[in-house]
Amino acid sequence: MTTAVVRVTTFVDVTVIATESLSKRFPRVTALDRLSVDVGPGVTGLVGANGAGKSTLIKILLGLSPASEGRAEVLGLDVATKGADIRERVGYMPEHDCLPPDVSATEFVVHMARMSGLPPTAARERTADTLRHVGLYEERYRPIGGYSTGMKQRVKLAQALVHDPQLVFLDEPTNGLDPVGRDEMLGLIRRIHTDFGISVLVTSHLLGELERTCDHVIVVDGGKLLRSSSTTDFTQITTTLAIEVTDTDDHPDGTRAVRDALHARGVDTHDSSGLPGAGHVLLLTATGEETYDVIRDVIADLGLGLVRMEQRRHHISEVFTDTDTSTSTGSDAERKEAVGHGN
Amino acid sequence: MAIDQPLVPQPGDQTRIHNIGYRNYNGPRLGRAYARRSLYSMSLRGSYGLGRSVKSKVLPMLLFVVMCVPAAIMVAVAVATKAKDLPVDYTRYAIIMQAVIGLYVASQAPQSVSRDLRFKTVPLYFSRPIETADYVRAKFAALASAMLILTGAPLIVLYVGALLAKLDFADQTKGFAQGLVSVTLLSLLFAGIGLVIAAVTPRRGFGIAAIIAVLTISSGAVSTLQAIADAQNSTNAIPWIGLFSPVTLIDGLQSAFLGASSAFPGGVGPSHAEGVVYILAVLGLIAATYGLLIRRYRKVGL
Repeated sequence: MTTAVVRVTTFVDVTVIATESLSKRFPRVTALDRLSVDVGPGVTGLVGANGAGKSTLIKILLGLSPASEGRAEVLGLDVATKGADIRERVGYMPEHDCLPPDVSATEFVVHMARMSGLPPTAARERTADTLRHVGLYEERYRPIGGYSTGMKQRVKLAQALVHDPQLVFLDEPTNGLDPVGRDEMLGLIRRIHTDFGISVLVTSHLLGELERTCDHVIVVDGGKLLRSSSTTDFTQITTTLAIEVTDTDDHPDGTRAVRDALHARGVDTHDSSGLPGAGHVLLLTATGEETYDVIRDVIADLGLGLVRMEQRRHHISEVFTDTDTSTSTGSDAERKEAVGHGN
Repeated sequence: MAIDQPLVPQPGDQTRIHNIGYRNYNGPRLGRAYARRSLYSMSLRGSYGLGRSVKSKVLPMLLFVVMCVPAAIMVAVAVATKAKDLPVDYTRYAIIMQAVIGLYVASQAPQSVSRDLRFKTVPLYFSRPIETADYVRAKFAALASAMLILTGAPLIVLYVGALLAKLDFADQTKGFAQGLVSVTLLSLLFAGIGLVIAAVTPRRGFGIAAIIAVLTISSGAVSTLQAIADAQNSTNAIPWIGLFSPVTLIDGLQSAFLGASSAFPGGVGPSHAEGVVYILAVLGLIAATYGLLIRRYRKVGL
């Protein structure tokens, strides 16, 4: 999917969204509680359970709902005073259904493009382009009523992108999609940034999804900021290595032999019980290049075969479990998936 | 993967810089006023089924024809018989055709606003530069214009016919102008009432039924009460009862100020003093429907 993108994206290190102790109180609930975040360019995930304040935040950022206190800026514009300017430069894809069934995708998106201020000819051209980019071809001339959920999501995405915004808010774009549709949508979201150069704020209540797609993840709960950091922080602060070796006649328990030898050279290993194949997998923390050398030397000295050595990434979900990261549970499949998504 | 566009070259063709297809838009962004105008023109066209399916063109076009045909016949008769005057006043025409006008507003007001509400398209508008007031104004103006076309066209037919029949120019022009003022007010009033009802009934069918009910029940009740008042010789009450239905409001207003003959029982329209109340009631109602629409859309917007 990642075709060689030959495009020089010169992103100055600017802030796309900034909030400062932003609060929103309704008579009976506090939807946002002194939320302060800075969001840079790229794909940013906004994670939280239902009712965590994600949609409220988007409404405030679109300048449609005044904050109870605090302030927020989108693309350097104050949401309280520059709402219309912000809405001209951002796109919004709502969570719920929002498509009339009796018009075609083309007619609908052209209409929305004109509502964004595009002249008629430009609206038609941009609509054709955008629908193609989101993967709607011949079916775009048919009434939306006959579309599948996946196609409808694409139309919703197209109307958010048709005016070439600098930033899009995508509210639960993968809702209701099957696994394949979900993967396609996530790939599309990734491309919105890499290929189109548009920054993305995407909400989801599923952490795993965002880990694969986002550069940065903000976790909110009950209107409060739980954590805000880049996904590389989430997954790469410490690199945990998993090692598996063969046994030989000299060393009937190769794993134990390696562990002892590593301990002798001052490398600590972790308790790997609880992991599948626990007895044969050795977990340790790599502190730098030299750790790899030590491992290589130790195994070579013992004359063992190295079956595998791979980086174990943390999952964002561990933000919530808050346990010692090295002993976190995770199935083999998940681990491989995490390794595979290093972009 | 389906989302990859066909323009992306085959794998293996790594040597050239390929066009990734996405083009940025650097053209003009015409902003709120343009969006409002676009919404107005699209809604106005939509009120006659233009840019929509063939099925949705049938009813508005049919009603338009039904509105104009009697005018054409009257003109033909007037020309043929070399009459001294048109058989019907300009101001009376819309009152006679009120059923057709009611049917039109009942069918087109829900078409204009209920769909956006029912399919929750409204948030998509308000996530754009366009605002609540822009949306309401565009929709209001579009429906009022559509109704002005519906009610004004037969007047034009009458006027042109009257001139062809060489009727008195000054007299006809005056009547025509009075008729236009009357149908303009009628269009605004009916459009406002229709839109408010349609905006609170997201189901189109209910909207149509509700508008027809409000228009016919109110005018039916008012006519009945006026007839009773007339039979009991309490003619003073007749103009006051007339305040309670849209059609009689317009009727009373034009018979007080626009030289129209009243359709009220006994042919007694409101006096000038009472007419002022009629004007205030009409303008107040138009303003109130606008205010209600704004309030309604504040609530539903995102």
